[in-house]
Amino acid sequence: MKVLIPSPLRSYTGDRSKVEAAGATLAALLADLDSRYPGIRFRMIDEQDAIRRHIRIFINGEQVRGLEVPLRISDEVIILQALSGG
Amino acid sequence: MNAAPVKPSVPKPATGLVALLIATRKGAFIFKSDKARREWKIAGPMFFGHIVHHMVLDPRDRRTLLATARTGHLGPTLFRSTNLGKSWKEASKPPAFPKAAEGQKGRVVDHVFWLTAGHASEPGVWYAGTSPQGLFKSEDGGDTWAPVAGFNENPMYAKWTGGEQDGTPDGPKMHSIMVDPRDARHLYLAMSGGGVFESVDQGANWTPLNSGVAADFLPIPNPEYGHDPHCVRRHPLQPDLLYQQNHCGIYRLERPATRWERIGMNMPKKIGDIGFPLVLHPRDPATLWVFPMDGTSVWPRTSPGGKPAAYVSRNAGKSWKRLDAGLPRNQGWFTVKRQAMTADAHHPVGVYFGTTSGEVWASKNEGEKWSCIASHLPHIYAVEAAEPTL
Repeated sequence: MKVLIPSPLRSYTGDRSKVEAAGATLAALLADLDSRYPGIRFRMIDEQDAIRRHIRIFINGEQVRGLEVPLRISDEVIILQALSGG
Repeated sequence: MNAAPVKPSVPKPATGLVALLIATRKGAFIFKSDKARREWKIAGPMFFGHIVHHMVLDPRDRRTLLATARTGHLGPTLFRSTNLGKSWKEASKPPAFPKAAEGQKGRVVDHVFWLTAGHASEPGVWYAGTSPQGLFKSEDGGDTWAPVAGFNENPMYAKWTGGEQDGTPDGPKMHSIMVDPRDARHLYLAMSGGGVFESVDQGANWTPLNSGVAADFLPIPNPEYGHDPHCVRRHPLQPDLLYQQNHCGIYRLERPATRWERIGMNMPKKIGDIGFPLVLHPRDPATLWVFPMDGTSVWPRTSPGGKPAAYVSRNAGKSWKRLDAGLPRNQGWFTVKRQAMTADAHHPVGVYFGTTSGEVWASKNEGEKWSCIASHLPHIYAVEAAEPTL
């Protein structure tokens, strides 16, 4: 399925804003994404499997808070960085 | 320590170029001097937009650099260069705490704060200190990192480290990790907060080493741990000699003694002995520099009176001399953080510091005269002087 990548993570995807990854859950999809683009997962998911504080993940426009979310092949996953900074 | 009392010979002063490895809130820079240390060429920013807390040259090969990085949004990582910063590769397994058991709250590395190369006999070994306090080790040159369970999972960990409020405003930190040049098993580390700790079995067990150090922010007198060392240095030629700039003064300890002596009481009373950094002379164990800050009232942590100055002692803290020639005479309100002051190995020794306002100051005569070699950089966290091979 399609995964939209925010600009801070595009150094991992060869500057591509839209990539393909597969998985029956968000956790599986992120694992697959990491196998294709090593290191990308840890920058957005911490070692306790929580989505980092300033990262937002949306599935079909709905924000999700955890990784055990089922996915269908037609879903669109959007990863964003939160509106914060300084 | 039971290490043999071998006194290493004093090395000859360095004569080559100096590289200043500068870590800032918005990236890293490398300043390279000519051999006379008159002209500086700037490379960078590297990791532009990343918060870089520390960048260190491997003293064993003098070509490998490690740098810590995170951004405001992205998690913490490390980068490694084997060609003095021309190209970088990210660590494939950055420092991370173990996943907690179901139902338990696990720790999360917010940022990697400190890097120390391992013993000369162990090429590829590195140690890292994190925020919150965690000790991590790499055995493959910084590519993969594992927690040091003897510290991180120690039954005393929670008591030693306190809570999130027992640290700096941007999180409690582990720093000043030091490896005994005579014995790879002998380690020291320091924590803000927590204090200084020692291991003689390469990190399997740890003992607090804080006797004699004030902790006037704690309700109990003479606590065993919970102190706030800002910067601890071990002299390379006398590895049993430690100096410490603490939240509560400047101290000296010569092992095997275990009680620190407060040498900062000999500083001018109007200046006090509070500060972040402490720098040692590479060949003279009795010479050290500090950069005092205002630790009164609400702790502004800027130079006392807005008049920045370093202080040097040539007699292990018995007396101190003010070094402010060339620095702003007044209205200088920057802070020099704990890793942001350093010395090279030339003769006379070059002393350098970076400020929170993005200036780099240099003295090639041991602090007698300062000049600003860069301004308008981002907030500087660390400055390390290194002698790379070309």
